[in-house]
Amino acid sequence: MYYPLPPRPCSANRDYPRQTTAIRETRVTEPLLRISGVTKTYPGVIANEDVSLDIHSGEVHALLGENGAGKSTLVKMIYGLIRPDSGGMQMNGAPFTPTQPRAARAAGVGMVFQHFSLFDALSVAENVALGMEDPPRQRDLAARIQDVSQAYGLPLDPHRIVGDLSAGERQRVEIIRCLLQDPRLLIMDEPTSVLTPQEVDILFQTLRKLTDEGVAILYISHKLEEIRSLCERATILRRGRVVGQCVPRDSSAREMAEMMVGSSFAAPARTRRDLGDVALEVRALSLPPAHAFGTALRDISFAVRRGEVLGLGGVAGNGQDELLAAISGERRAARDMVHLSGDPIGHLGPAARRGKGLLTVPEERLGHAAAPDMSLTENAVVTGAQRRALVQRGFVQWGTARRFAEEIIAQFDVRTPGPDSAARALSGGNLQKFVIGREVLQAPNVLVVNQPTWGVDAAAAAAIRQALLDLAADGVAVICISQDLDELMELSDRFGALNEGRLSALRATDALSVEEIGLMMGGAHGMVMAHV
Amino acid sequence: MVRLERRAKPSALWAVLAPLVAVLITMCAGGILFAVLGKDPFEAIATIFWEPLFGEFAEFYRPQLLVKGGPLVLIAIGLSLGFRAGVWNIGAEGQYIVGALCGAGVALAAYPAEHALLFPAMILAGLAGGWAWAMIPALLKWRFGASEILVSLMLVYVAERLLKAMSLGVMKNPDGMGFPGSRNLQDYPSAHNAEIFADTGLHWGVVAALIAVIASYVLLSRHVLGFHIRLSGQAPRAARFAGVSPGRLMLFCMGVSGALAGAAGLFEVAGPAGQIGISFNAGYGFTAIIVAFLGRLHPVGIALAGALMALTYIGGEIAQGDLGLPAAAIQLFQGMLLFFLLAVDVLTHFRLQFARKGTM
Repeated sequence: MYYPLPPRPCSANRDYPRQTTAIRETRVTEPLLRISGVTKTYPGVIANEDVSLDIHSGEVHALLGENGAGKSTLVKMIYGLIRPDSGGMQMNGAPFTPTQPRAARAAGVGMVFQHFSLFDALSVAENVALGMEDPPRQRDLAARIQDVSQAYGLPLDPHRIVGDLSAGERQRVEIIRCLLQDPRLLIMDEPTSVLTPQEVDILFQTLRKLTDEGVAILYISHKLEEIRSLCERATILRRGRVVGQCVPRDSSAREMAEMMVGSSFAAPARTRRDLGDVALEVRALSLPPAHAFGTALRDISFAVRRGEVLGLGGVAGNGQDELLAAISGERRAARDMVHLSGDPIGHLGPAARRGKGLLTVPEERLGHAAAPDMSLTENAVVTGAQRRALVQRGFVQWGTARRFAEEIIAQFDVRTPGPDSAARALSGGNLQKFVIGREVLQAPNVLVVNQPTWGVDAAAAAAIRQALLDLAADGVAVICISQDLDELMELSDRFGALNEGRLSALRATDALSVEEIGLMMGGAHGMVMAHV
Repeated sequence: MVRLERRAKPSALWAVLAPLVAVLITMCAGGILFAVLGKDPFEAIATIFWEPLFGEFAEFYRPQLLVKGGPLVLIAIGLSLGFRAGVWNIGAEGQYIVGALCGAGVALAAYPAEHALLFPAMILAGLAGGWAWAMIPALLKWRFGASEILVSLMLVYVAERLLKAMSLGVMKNPDGMGFPGSRNLQDYPSAHNAEIFADTGLHWGVVAALIAVIASYVLLSRHVLGFHIRLSGQAPRAARFAGVSPGRLMLFCMGVSGALAGAAGLFEVAGPAGQIGISFNAGYGFTAIIVAFLGRLHPVGIALAGALMALTYIGGEIAQGDLGLPAAAIQLFQGMLLFFLLAVDVLTHFRLQFARKGTM
C-alpha cells in the first residue's frame, strides 16, 4: 500500500501534515481508477512489474520516469491498446478490462498522444469526426467544437485545415477531440514538448479547469519543474516498477530526478571559453519548402565562432529540420548562402561538406541518423566514410569500420552487446550516444545537432550535453537546435529562435528571461491568453 | 487468438528457413491444386521436382537446368540490386526482348560475314539494348517522378509488340518461305552462342550469370556502392544523409538490371532459342522477380533459387507432356511460390504470439 495523500494539497500550506488520520478520512471515497499489481512482459523485457497506483477524480497525477521506464506501456493498458499479463484495474470500483480503445473511451478514458494522429489535408472538424463512433453533422460538430474550445479556453477554428496549424493548435484538436466525449480520466503524454511557454500556460489553465470539474488527469512528463507546478501527486517508475510516490510541490526537482534515475548524476560543467574565428556562416539563406506541409526558410543569417555554442530554439515545425538539411547538404542552396571557414559550400553535398569538417546529427535517430536494421559497424560507415578513411579505392574497410564502432561504443558508454547489434535493438538514449559519438570522434570543425537529447534518459542526456560542451571547449563551433529550453539555456552562449522559417536576432543567453524567450519563439502564435 | 509481435531484430534463422518453408507449403498447395485438376498430386509433384534430376531421362534434362537457370540468375542478379535499393524494375521481360533484338540485329546485319569479334559486339549490343529500354522508365522517374513500376511493366507490352513487328518485318528470314521469325543464329558460326562443352548446357550466358553472381556479391558486401544500395533500400533518408544521390543511384540500378536482362536475351537468342520469333520470350523476366526474392536478394541465394525455378520450368514441361497438366497450372505454381514466400517472410520480422486465456 502507498501512503494515502490528500487529493488536492494546498500549495500555500507547506507544513501540511502528510499522514494524519484526518487525511485518511478524506480518502474514504473510492479512487476513480485503481491499478493493482499489473505486470506486462515483452520478449526479453519486463515493461511493467507489479505496478499499482490510484488515480482520484479531480487530481493531476504525474507519471514520471525515464525513457523505457514503462510509462507508455502502463497508459496503453489503461487506454485498451495492450492487455496486462496479470493484475487488474478497477474503474469506480468495478472491474475495468478494456480490450480496445473504444471500450476505454466508452468508460470515460481519453488520451492525448505525444505524436498527433491528424490528417494534414482535412479541416479540424473533419479530423474530429474521423475519431468518433457516430459523428454528428459537420455543422453541429463545428458548433460543438466551438463551444468546448471557448468553455475551456482553447481557441480553435473548426474550419481551418490542420496542415496550417501550429503544433500547439494541433494539440488542441486532440484535446478537444477527447473533451467532446466527456472523459472522466484524461491521459496526456508529454503534452508540453511541442509548446511555447505561453502555450504551456494556456494548457495548464485548461487542465486546472478540467480538474475543478472533477476530471482526473494522468500526466506523463519528464519535465520536473512543470510537474512541480501542475501536479498534485506523482508516481515514479523505474525499469517497470513503482519506485516511489511523492507530492511534487514538496519535493525538489533534483530529488525526483534521482528517484527516476536511481542514482545521482552530475550536471554538465560549462566553462568560459575564448571564441575563435568564424567557423560557419549562413548568409541570407532562403529555401522553398521541400513538401506541401514543410516550412520555407526565409532569409536566415548567422555566424558561429570556434569554441561557441549557439542554441536555436523554437516550436517544432518552424524550420528546424529544414535548417539542418540546408546545413548538412541534404538540401543544396546557392553557393554563397553557406560558408565554412570562409569558403562557400552552399552548393556541396553532404559527403563533401563532411570532408571539410562540417558534421551534423539529425533529429530522427532511426531512419535518418542511423539505418534501423543495419549493424552499428555499418552505421559507423554512414557518416564516417570520409573523415575516418573507412572507404578506400571504393571498397569499405570493414575492419577499420568495426574498430571505429567499437571506439564509439567504448568512449560514449553505449550499452550494447557489440558493434554487430542492429541500431534498432538499442534504446533511444544509447543510440543517440552512438550517433553523437560517431560525429564527435571524427574531429569536426563545426557540429550541428538537432534535438540531441529528445526522448533520451536523464543520465544519457547529461553525458551528451557534456560531450557537446567538451567539444566547444576544444575549439569546435557547436550549433544545438532543440525544443528543450532548459537544455539550450544550459548549453549555449547565444540563443536564437526559429519562427515560421525565420530566425530571431541572436542574444547572449545569460541576459535572457523566459518571457523574452517566449516572445522570440513567436509567442502563442498570435493567440490570446485563455479567459478562464 | 494469434497476434504478431515485432521482433527486436530480424530472425537470422527465419531468413534462411523462410524460402524452404515456402517451397514446402507450395508443394502442398500445388498438390491440392493438381488433385482438384484430377491428377495424382504425388505423381505431379514428383514429376516436377524429381524427374528432371533423377528420372529416366535425367541425362537429357540436367543440362537444361543450366540453360533455363542461366538467364533467370543473370536477370535476377540485376533486379536484386534495384530491389535492395528500393528501385522496382518490373519490366525485365521487356529489356530481355529488346536486348535480344539489338544483339540479333547486329548479327543479322553482319550476315553472312564471319568475324571473331562479331559475338562480343552482339553482347555489347544486347547490354546496350536492355540498358536503353530500362532508361526509359528511369529517366521518366528521374525527371517527372513517374512510377518506374508501371512504366517498366507497360514497356514489356511495347517490347512484345516490337518483337512481333521485327519477326514479321525487318528481321524476317528472307529464306524462310514466308514463315515469321529471323534466320537461325545457330547456323551462323560467328554469332552462335554455342555450348562451351558439348551436352552440358554450359553456354556463355551461364558463364556471364556466374560472373554476375560473384561481382554482385563483392559489390554488395565490400564496395561502397553496394553499401549505398543497401542503405538506400533500408533507410532512404539515412542514405541521403550519408551523401547518396537517390536519382543517380536509381539510374545506376535501372541501368544495370536492364543491361543484364538485355544480355540474357542476347545469350538466349544466339544460343538455345536461335532466332527471333513471335513467341521468343518465355517469361524469364517475370520469373526472375520470383528468383530474386526467393534468393533473399542475396547473390548466392539467387543462384540456388534460379536452379530451383529452372527445375519447375523443366519439371512443368515434363508434367505438361506426361500428365497433361495445363501450362497455366505451372505458372500458378511458380506464382504460389512467391506468394507463400512473402507470407512466410512475416516470421522473419515478427513472432507469433498466442494469447493465453484467463490472465486478466
